[in-house]
Amino acid sequence: MTGEKRILISPGPHLWSGLSVSKIMYLVVLALILPSGAGVYFFGYRALLVMVTSVATAVLTEYVSKKLRKRAFVMDWSAVVTGLLLALTLPPTLPLWMVVIGSAFSIGIVKEAFGGLGHNIFNPALGGRAFMAACFPAEMTTWVLPAGFIADAVTCATPLNESFVCPVDKLSLYKALFMGNVGGSIGETSTLLILIGGLLLLVLGIINWRIPLAYIGTVALLTFALGQDAIFHILAGGLMLGAFFMATDYVTSPITNKGRIIFAVGTGLLTVAIRLFGGMPEGVCFSILFMNALTPLIDRYIKVRPYGLKQAGEK
Amino acid sequence: MNKVNFSLKWWGTSYGVKLPENKLTAASPIERAPLPEKVIIALHQNIGAPCKALVKRGDKVLTGQKIGDSEKFVSAPVHATISGEVSGTTMLVHPATGQLVEALIVTSDGRDEWVALEARDAIDKLSVEEILKRIREAGIVGLGGAAFPTQVKLSPPKDKKIDTVILNGCECEPYITSDHRVMLEYGREVLSGLNIIRKVLSPDNVYIAIEDNKQDAIEHVRKLLASMELDGNYKMVTLKSKYPMGAEKTLIKNILGREVPIGGLPLDVGVVVHNVSTARAIHDAVLERKPFIERVVTVTGAVKEPKNLLVRLGTPLRDLIENCGGIDGEADEIVLGGPMMGISQFDLDFPVIKGANCILVKKSVPMREGDCISCGRCLDACPMRLMPTMLVKYAKVGRYDACKEAYIADCFECGACAYACPANIPIVQYIKIAKSELIKRAAKK
Repeated sequence: MTGEKRILISPGPHLWSGLSVSKIMYLVVLALILPSGAGVYFFGYRALLVMVTSVATAVLTEYVSKKLRKRAFVMDWSAVVTGLLLALTLPPTLPLWMVVIGSAFSIGIVKEAFGGLGHNIFNPALGGRAFMAACFPAEMTTWVLPAGFIADAVTCATPLNESFVCPVDKLSLYKALFMGNVGGSIGETSTLLILIGGLLLLVLGIINWRIPLAYIGTVALLTFALGQDAIFHILAGGLMLGAFFMATDYVTSPITNKGRIIFAVGTGLLTVAIRLFGGMPEGVCFSILFMNALTPLIDRYIKVRPYGLKQAGEK
Repeated sequence: MNKVNFSLKWWGTSYGVKLPENKLTAASPIERAPLPEKVIIALHQNIGAPCKALVKRGDKVLTGQKIGDSEKFVSAPVHATISGEVSGTTMLVHPATGQLVEALIVTSDGRDEWVALEARDAIDKLSVEEILKRIREAGIVGLGGAAFPTQVKLSPPKDKKIDTVILNGCECEPYITSDHRVMLEYGREVLSGLNIIRKVLSPDNVYIAIEDNKQDAIEHVRKLLASMELDGNYKMVTLKSKYPMGAEKTLIKNILGREVPIGGLPLDVGVVVHNVSTARAIHDAVLERKPFIERVVTVTGAVKEPKNLLVRLGTPLRDLIENCGGIDGEADEIVLGGPMMGISQFDLDFPVIKGANCILVKKSVPMREGDCISCGRCLDACPMRLMPTMLVKYAKVGRYDACKEAYIADCFECGACAYACPANIPIVQYIKIAKSELIKRAAKK
């Protein structure tokens, strides 16, 4: 019957879920389309230009790095995610050559120099953003008001700035922050669209609910306890984007569920501390980076109790 | 007194994976496969000691004649499964251990003459010792896959009180339907076998656990249970279809909430689990006085006509695949067992062994191993709540002691982690390597 036929063998299991790394990254890109679209809607074609530049640079840098490291280049969408996430944290008016440098740094240094996907310590997009904040402090904090396709933008400076005085009542401020009709980075303004994208990833099982919930919850509780406007702190700045898309990065967050909660609470505490007591208006980027650095430590000490292992104290 | 209780419960677990079922043969009645021209009887078909051959080349043997046995406690004899002549010996690579195993080849005389079987018995007349003796002589091993000699499992140490017996009808691996069909078509024998187990262990409770994807089997067993008026306290439990629900330790956790201690056995928490096909074999051995020489095997996947076949042990895989119309299309891989824990065979002359419940024919898919992205899916999948990716990281750099400290021995290689892994890391393979290295090191000391 099969005398001439070749029989192959392979290790088990002989079934695979089919959910590959590149599919996961692709889904993240899909979920980011809404916040990205909001960026274009509010800030016009310039925002689109920043995003395209950032993504193209990221993919190109990954290709070149892989060639230099003599590794196979696999188009797994992870560079697209990094490039897009970086762009979403940038001011829409940033000169494009700065975008190129930041994106190349994200992939070339923060990711590939550490060994590529799976080996990087810091979130590449945030690492790149931190690098840019250090190199181009003025340009990185020049915020413009939404000027894309709408006229009735709330007329206040970037909401988290110290000099921020908003002339409108609270409810319209919340509404503006929720819809995204405020000044800020390209993708951080519309809480609604980030939420939709984030919920999509939650429903698809791509991200774990623990990190966004614990992170946003910590910020809300802490700002409320400190007598601040908790709703404002949740809606303003990069918290939503950070909680759903940055802090949930698999590689740079803990692997256990318990560790993830510790990570997220720590990030929340740091964010509030930087926002209220630090020298910068926004603390999402640096608090996530700081907790990224602690992640290996968390993973070392927070373990899962295996089935059948009695806990201390149990007889 | 008839104390048949029913309970229909929906138990969940936060660990494990949801698999596509692909139970192609769920509605196919069991078909008796034609007698093979030759059978290959491996002398080591249980997890304990190998058998010594009792016959030599040229000897005539009858169907059901014992042809291999061992004096060790943890062992099970093997029998001729057709009548004919012992025409030679061969060596096989045991699929579970990877070791070479001696096997006897019996060429059929086409007559299928049986050894004289003793008269049928009723259970009331039998002592526990007599039951255990008959189970051992019949060569029964756990048919869920582990192939642990059944009489050993039924002889717990005196200081261990067994309060619960679980009949395992989960069959949680995709494709396999042999236990499902056995429950539907030999339900009476299965319950009779369960009653024998109950008599031996006298537990307080007997659970019959079936996954909710086998509603017809649940209904059928429920009706039979009501009509058979067995002694004892029986409870039906419907479990969520999730892999690996049918693994002993998972099952005990889900039904009773108990955890078998690390390195321990179910009897350490007062539980004994038996598979439905094993129960049927126990009935046949104890009451019908038949040795264990045939079993139901699901032949499925890329064959022209997938079937549930009642097969004499030792039948070459080739015969069964031919019986099902041959390999379909491009398929080029033959897996003995289910898609999750089954093992690819390189030789179509490999025989059906006692623990074989399925033959899956498939097209092999080349996989490219990527880097771990620490997504944690393997942690969520692991029924033993181990950290598979950490085990892989240690194993890759040869830190086998770290693997040991991370409880690698508790992994029973269900493959749920590798199924879920988006980076396509052959996690089970790395774990197997680490385990065998640890065994080698322990042997050196």
